[in-house]
Amino acid sequence: MRHFSYTRAETVSDAVEALASDPQAQILAGGTNLVDLMKYEVMRPAAIIDINRLPLRDIEDLPNGGLRIGALASNSAVAYDERVKERYPLLSSAILAGASPQLRNAATSGGNLLQRTRCYYFYDPATPCNKREPGSGCGAIGGVNRIHAILGASDHCIATHPSDMCVALAALSAVVEVEGPDGRHDIPFAEFHRLPGDHPERDNTLGQGEIVTAIRLEGNHFASHHTYLKLRDRRSYAFALVSVAAAMEVADDKIVELRVALGGVAHKPWRDFLAEAEFAGEAVDEVTFRRIAQRLLTGAKGQGQNDFKIPLAEKAIVRALRQAASGRPQDQAVKAIQ
Amino acid sequence: MLNSSKVVGLPLPRIDGPLKVTGRAPYAAEHFAPGMLQGYALCSTIATGRIAEIDTSEAERMPGVVKIYTHENRPKAARRDEKWKDEVAVPGHPLRPLENDRILYDGQPVALVVAESFEAARDAAALIRVRYEAGEPHTDLFREQANSYVPPVLRAKDMAPPSPRGNAEAAFAQAPHQISAEYSIEGEYHNPIELFGTTAIPAEDGSLMIHDKSQGSQNSHDTICKIFGLNPDKVTVRNSFVGGAFGSGLRPKHQLFFAVMAALDLKRPVKVEMSRSEMFYLTWRPSCIQTVSLAADEQGRLQSVMHHALEATSRYEDYQENVVNWSGLAYKCDNVTMSYEIAKLDVSTPGDMRAPGAATGITALEAAMDELAYEVGMDPLELRVINFVHRDQNQDKEITSKALHACYREGAARFGWSERSHEPRSMREGNELIGWGVATGIWEAQMSPAEARVSLSAEGKVVVSAAASDIGTGTYTILGQLAAETLGVALSEVAVEIGDSRLPTTSVEGGSWTAASSGTAVQVAGRMIIATLLKHARKMDNSPFAKATEDQVELSDGRLVLEANHQLGVAVSDIMGEAGLTVIEEHAKVEPDKAIQKKYSAYTHSVVFVEVRVDEELGQVRVTRVVDAVAAGRILNPKTARSQVLGGVVMGIGMALEEEGMVDHRTGRIMNHNIAEYHVPVHADIEDIEVIFVDEDDDKASPIGVKGLGEIGILGVAAAVSNAIFHATGSRIRSFPITIDKILESETMQ
Ligand SMILES: Cc1cc2nc3c(=O)[nH]c(=O)nc-3n(C[C@H](O)[C@H](O)[C@H](O)COP(=O)(O)OP(=O)(O)OC[C@H]3O[C@@H](n4cnc5c(N)ncnc54)[C@H](O)[C@@H]3O)c2cc1C
Ligand code: SF4
Repeated sequence: MRHFSYTRAETVSDAVEALASDPQAQILAGGTNLVDLMKYEVMRPAAIIDINRLPLRDIEDLPNGGLRIGALASNSAVAYDERVKERYPLLSSAILAGASPQLRNAATSGGNLLQRTRCYYFYDPATPCNKREPGSGCGAIGGVNRIHAILGASDHCIATHPSDMCVALAALSAVVEVEGPDGRHDIPFAEFHRLPGDHPERDNTLGQGEIVTAIRLEGNHFASHHTYLKLRDRRSYAFALVSVAAAMEVADDKIVELRVALGGVAHKPWRDFLAEAEFAGEAVDEVTFRRIAQRLLTGAKGQGQNDFKIPLAEKAIVRALRQAASGRPQDQAVKAIQ
Repeated sequence: MLNSSKVVGLPLPRIDGPLKVTGRAPYAAEHFAPGMLQGYALCSTIATGRIAEIDTSEAERMPGVVKIYTHENRPKAARRDEKWKDEVAVPGHPLRPLENDRILYDGQPVALVVAESFEAARDAAALIRVRYEAGEPHTDLFREQANSYVPPVLRAKDMAPPSPRGNAEAAFAQAPHQISAEYSIEGEYHNPIELFGTTAIPAEDGSLMIHDKSQGSQNSHDTICKIFGLNPDKVTVRNSFVGGAFGSGLRPKHQLFFAVMAALDLKRPVKVEMSRSEMFYLTWRPSCIQTVSLAADEQGRLQSVMHHALEATSRYEDYQENVVNWSGLAYKCDNVTMSYEIAKLDVSTPGDMRAPGAATGITALEAAMDELAYEVGMDPLELRVINFVHRDQNQDKEITSKALHACYREGAARFGWSERSHEPRSMREGNELIGWGVATGIWEAQMSPAEARVSLSAEGKVVVSAAASDIGTGTYTILGQLAAETLGVALSEVAVEIGDSRLPTTSVEGGSWTAASSGTAVQVAGRMIIATLLKHARKMDNSPFAKATEDQVELSDGRLVLEANHQLGVAVSDIMGEAGLTVIEEHAKVEPDKAIQKKYSAYTHSVVFVEVRVDEELGQVRVTRVVDAVAAGRILNPKTARSQVLGGVVMGIGMALEEEGMVDHRTGRIMNHNIAEYHVPVHADIEDIEVIFVDEDDDKASPIGVKGLGEIGILGVAAAVSNAIFHATGSRIRSFPITIDKILESETMQ
């Protein structure tokens, strides 16, 4: 770990100012990811701006029945909030599928959005990694890449975004509220994270000096037809190899609206709006589910060790759609896949 | 319960438990001394080559840094291999940290920073610039098969596979049922909760107190004295508490060398603790490729067993373990060949890991037995039962005891094995296929020479002393129980002192031999105290013991009594008072009985029944039920014994489904070198586990009837899981760990 200066921000604008004035600064929220990365010498911020005193911890009702989740609300607080459980059960379920109770108590909503990839090479400064050191190459291509991307990867980076929570937020079309030197603005969830392209060092579209202040959930709750299905190498405390957040609106055994977001397969929670729209009006049955799965995975490409993710994702999508359609979402406390 | 002295065999809680759960049990890196410095090792990032240049100038300027050691300035230490060889060293040239510029494996220490604080040392280490000339690494065992060889120097006499018996090739060719398969197991890395750490504290008088994470304080003591030419009487090594070891602490690790080197050089206390990542470069269960060929007659009787294993070792040492020999002794068979080879890779020397060799070899043998059962068309348990043998065919000796039939019977009943349907894919519930698998486990019941000192005071206080270690196994407790029962006092009156090189000699704690060895020494010392008491009691006026012999008396509630009539007795305090004694202390030295060893072999046995549920579509595997029935002689404490077996089963589930170091063979680096990405089972992976101890009387394996329990729990588990997966899915997956990708790619999941 390198020496750094430490400032505790008292107001959001303090934090923004401090962050904007120092390109070497990093925000500290729950610290469950940043501090690890600092110990591994992966992130070497010269300045730490602790935002834990900012008034961003609340979960507020919005007039339209939605919710605004403060950036500092802990993962546990969100998952166990009665309003979230009732109105956005998909979000609660996805959070509970992730990490461990201790981590969820410390981890914040903003931090969850901004957590870095778990690519082994990114974590190991002794290896090349374009995300950690632009231009150094990508160690994972041709290497140990069992956990890497099958969609939207580039020749420069094949990493995945590791979050479970974000997969549900993507499916729910959340909005990220941001404050920066130029004031406040909203970023639609699908535009928040980015694909690696030529700049894998950039995980998201936040500008210099911008911080996340809240996540807004509005619109359809999908409380009756949803599920979060996560496949991993052990039953808890492991990142997703593939995960699926599925939600649908159903009428007369037909799909009215479909949402499917995939985790563990791309540099961002993967959603394909065009594909989803194509299935409006289709019958809610196995044939449709399989077509949806195939459609969503068009263009999927394995890297060798992770080839298995393509059939796994296909089967997982079908299963998740079945769970969502039947109104029996995966219970994260049940170990069998339902 | 605690007030009675009849405590052997009771499920008592650990006597060191309260200290541990309240944080008052100090581990090696939790000792402090005024002026103590902290060391942090920098490790190589290449697997083979040399250090072309190492620049410490920037690191040295960091505040708090006291000294940085590299191969260019390392203080002198012994040069000859002999001086570096510890009690359980393997053939070869032990690694001498910082001796020269050569790099033999990824993660080899290349510098030690010593600073006023851990943080300063770690931060400075990051500023050391090393320029390497990297060679081309060879770390893939599959690609090195052509370079395999039979170890020219054996690690121990019994390491070589026994010579072939009968004609296995011919019998195989003639038999009506044959199977032959290759099994591979990835390398597994030791990750006990306690990291390796050493605190070395020099004193004014030239003596040195060392707290070392180790499975043998005397092994660390003797080795470090040889390396630095220290006067053994001036050096003490302690390992009072050990936070798990599983074999990783058998050989001294480089942090011991570093802490002592810096403490001697700087004349200040120094602590060196490893990081979690370093644990992946220390000692590991070697990756292994095995072929097993079995043949049987129409009735399932084994006609031929052939087992070959190839394991990884390092460039500098020939690690060896007993992988294949189990195949010659598990079942009755007259035609057997076994062979064992190793191949050098650019890796650190592998080491013993819970049931070393057996965990690997029995996994393949027991998976192959399942394949044979299906080839013959026979129940897999029945196949084992009909091939039962009550003799060590490898050594042509009798065996001391083998209550394996009882394990088969009681385990099967408990598990409900008779309800099993033979056909694969024939049991299901919901979306899951259900599979039931079985496997046998065997481990040597060893006893090693051991010493112990026991004292009894006139007030009835007992002190037990031995250099033995408690690596989480319950040694403190069982030694206390044996002393309490022998001397007729409550367990609360017994103090147990272990984990100190000054105490009576004991081997490293490993191989499940501590209970049998140190336990016997404690009991013998206790009996010696009784003999001394009797001697004095006989001289007393009107002594009821005038004609009594040693085996006619015992101690009960503070009195020496006649076994046949407890009414007749004299208080210990009176005997001692009359003899003018306040304490009687005896020192016992025990060793295995050569005459028995010549005639008998001794083994611990088990059978493991496993239920898995595999999601038919997605391939997710759950181990929902395990019954492990164990025959391990006398059980001193069912509670600590059960813990041992439970832990072994959990580790076996990890071996079956999760544990593997993922090596990038282009660089020879283990990429998942942290416990977020190197998976071991978590609570959610573990469902019902039941442990049964069957009755087994054995007066030959050790004088106290104990066989040891540290290893048996893991044995057979990985095979039983894979056999259950076959029963569930119809696919044989012969590559461990059986991860979801392998399930999905198997033929029946397509
Ligand atoms: C062993 C382990 C297992 C895990 N398993 C899972 C899992 O299965 N599923 C899963 O989803 N997650 C998992 N996690 C990750 C966990 O969810 C994240 O570490 C956590 O959500 C990060 O939140 P934090 O508040 O601690 O972030 P921090 O560590 O404080 O910050 C992370 C990053 O976000 C930035 N940041 C934080 N808040 C803001 C803000 N408001 N505005 C701008 N930038 C900000 C920081 O500067 C930093 O770069 C696991 C973590 C560990 C260590
Ligand atoms: S996949 Fe991305 S994060 Fe991983 S090594 Fe390549 S560039 Fe780095």
